[in-house]
Amino acid sequence: MLRVAAVAKTFVLHLQGGVPIPVLEDVSFSVAAGECLALSGPSGAGKSTLLRMLYGNYRADSGHIRVWHDGDWLDIAAADPRAVLAARARTLGYVSQFLRVVPRVAALDIVAEAGGGDRDAAAKLLHRLNIPPRLHGLPPATFSGGEQQRVNLARGFIARRPVLLLDEPTASLDAENRDIVIGMIHEAKARGAAIVGIFHDAAVRDAVATRLYPVTPLQDAYDRDHSDQCHAGAAA
Amino acid sequence: MADDTLLAARGLSLAFGRVQALAGVDADLWPGEVLAIVGESGSGKTTLLDVLSGRLRPDAGVAWYRDPDGALHDVHAMPQPKLRALHRSDWGFVRQNPRDALRLGVTAGGNVGERLMAQGNRHYGGIRDVAENWLHRVEIDTARMDDLPRTFSGGMLQRLQIARTLVTHPRLVFMDEPIGGLDVSVQARLLDLIRTLVAQLGIAVVLVTHDLSVARLLAHRIMVMQRGRVVESGLTDQVLDDPHHPYTQLLVSSVLQA
Amino acid sequence: MTTGYNFAYLDEQTKRMIRRALLKAVAIPGHQVPFGGREMPLPYGWGTGGIQVTAAVLGQHDVLKVIDQGADDTTNAVSIRRFFARTAGVATTTVTTEASIIQTRHRIPETPLRAGQIIVYQVPLPEPLSKLEPSRAEAARMHALAEYGLMHVKLYEDITRFGHVSISYDYPVMVNGRHLMSPSPIPAFDNPKLHMSPALQLFGAGREKRLYAIPPWTEVRSLDFDDHPFRLTRAPHECGLCGADDSYLDEVVTDDQGSRLYVCSDTDYCATRREAGHGG
Repeated sequence: MLRVAAVAKTFVLHLQGGVPIPVLEDVSFSVAAGECLALSGPSGAGKSTLLRMLYGNYRADSGHIRVWHDGDWLDIAAADPRAVLAARARTLGYVSQFLRVVPRVAALDIVAEAGGGDRDAAAKLLHRLNIPPRLHGLPPATFSGGEQQRVNLARGFIARRPVLLLDEPTASLDAENRDIVIGMIHEAKARGAAIVGIFHDAAVRDAVATRLYPVTPLQDAYDRDHSDQCHAGAAA
Repeated sequence: MADDTLLAARGLSLAFGRVQALAGVDADLWPGEVLAIVGESGSGKTTLLDVLSGRLRPDAGVAWYRDPDGALHDVHAMPQPKLRALHRSDWGFVRQNPRDALRLGVTAGGNVGERLMAQGNRHYGGIRDVAENWLHRVEIDTARMDDLPRTFSGGMLQRLQIARTLVTHPRLVFMDEPIGGLDVSVQARLLDLIRTLVAQLGIAVVLVTHDLSVARLLAHRIMVMQRGRVVESGLTDQVLDDPHHPYTQLLVSSVLQA
Repeated sequence: MTTGYNFAYLDEQTKRMIRRALLKAVAIPGHQVPFGGREMPLPYGWGTGGIQVTAAVLGQHDVLKVIDQGADDTTNAVSIRRFFARTAGVATTTVTTEASIIQTRHRIPETPLRAGQIIVYQVPLPEPLSKLEPSRAEAARMHALAEYGLMHVKLYEDITRFGHVSISYDYPVMVNGRHLMSPSPIPAFDNPKLHMSPALQLFGAGREKRLYAIPPWTEVRSLDFDDHPFRLTRAPHECGLCGADDSYLDEVVTDDQGSRLYVCSDTDYCATRREAGHGG
């Protein structure tokens, strides 16, 4: 479902005099249907960067990121914007750490929109994630961090995409909700989804991962701090 | 230009005296796609909008538009009547200040109905039905249909302009800072409305904005302009989250985090 | 005939210039043609446009009738009639059927015009779009491209506010299916008389220095909506003098008790009927 070959990424900080920050080098792996690959490594090693590259959110400097899309391999690293959008619309699902939506849209609508307009399915999924019905009609901007993340998860899981990318999906969840998410990941694997995830929580990782892919830091601690600043700015 | 492109521009250049407002700009737009043009004041983004929509003539370069029958037209070689007819039917233009586009002495319903009447619709009741439906779609109380727009708030005026523009179901709409002049409190509502309507109707939009968050929420693709040139373009979130060009990095890092 | 003036007051070059403009106007029915308007010995608003057009088309054997609001005996009508009697020596009349040229302000005679007659309208505001589109250049473009949706917006607004089109005079018309035209401030009641008239209809605006024309047998349609068609409005009375129930009526207050008399605004029509034995 997913084949990553010799991918490299360097951030160039033009505002800091053009400092190059190499983050990833020669990353290669592939993920089959039903597998869950966990990216491991210390904080700042470039796991999130890699996951964003798989989604086409960050660009790869070299290498290939091939996704099985519409019956063919699509190289996300070289595809034109419209092809990337098409892959996101039908093949790639991504659950980010933070929810970013139009402030006015209700939680239920956000999830239903991702699920092709099926409001019943959206309500069921929100319910399963312990988002009470009284919150369904409200925009998630006012929700707690954990509630926002669960809305985000519902949005990522409702469409049953063949490839799922999960960035710390359980980071702000309590034990009960964490177990629900683990169950959902198991179901996704069972239906044949290929999953790549970053799981900070070792227990979650052990519960869902079929394999680990270690991401090792290319930079010393000082440069990493710079890199993090860049990410914060770039993610505006 | 590709067989399914709606609008395509190659090598657009335009100088105002010694100021090069546009320098060799290429652009493509597909049906149903929202393209944001961002950059600071004076970067040439509004000039590009005016040239693409035929309001300004470039010194060099060409812009092609494909009509609903599939025929190609050189926007700047089209006869004036044809271009004006296009602007009343298959195209729309949403300005930053709705007061520049609306007729403030004409009722809300009359403002929405004008494009229909310009197309030759001569049934009063039918025009009212369509206008009422559109006011509803842009969330203006239909009881205000026979009120003059000068009694409307800024947000309502902008929504009225959108209804007035979309009533003929244009396939291509040019928007110049559509939420720029509004209070922050009503911007989100309007953004969501534009996003929903554009998606429902499958409208292609060329959106000029200096507000990167607007571009992020509405646009599929983005073009970053500086001094008349496109310095970076691509998928919106890619360009904004992983900017490569120094100017784009500066723009992105200049945004205050909310 | 007063000596010292050229025939019909204007010099021959000026009359030629106006005739050339009139030929153009006739060739493009409803289209406004600019002309070099001259100073006339009466103020703007009193018929300077109409009087120049009349002067340009008047011949020695013409018979001239001048009406103001339908009446032959008002100051303006009398003055203009006397002006041409003095400067051109032409015969004048108050009888519609006898006239070869009729200059009019704000009415069309009730008696149908016939082929060979010329009616000259005095026009204060020739541009029908002037109240809607402030830019004259833009209005000219709208005429050039036949973009008249805006005029229907005005009708839409009327129906919305009053339930019907409230324009009671100077009701806009489409001439020959092409040009939007102001019929001058005639009552909307007279609009049907513009349509397929056997007479040549000329319009002169002195202040605005524009003239336009409707050649004989030209289609002239009053603007309307399919579901709100153009309708004639007329005071629901008979003429108090001649009993006519088909003519346009003036309302005359007859005392300080609020008594009213409705009489034909067309004095020739009313008098002719009374001579024929009709009474109110």
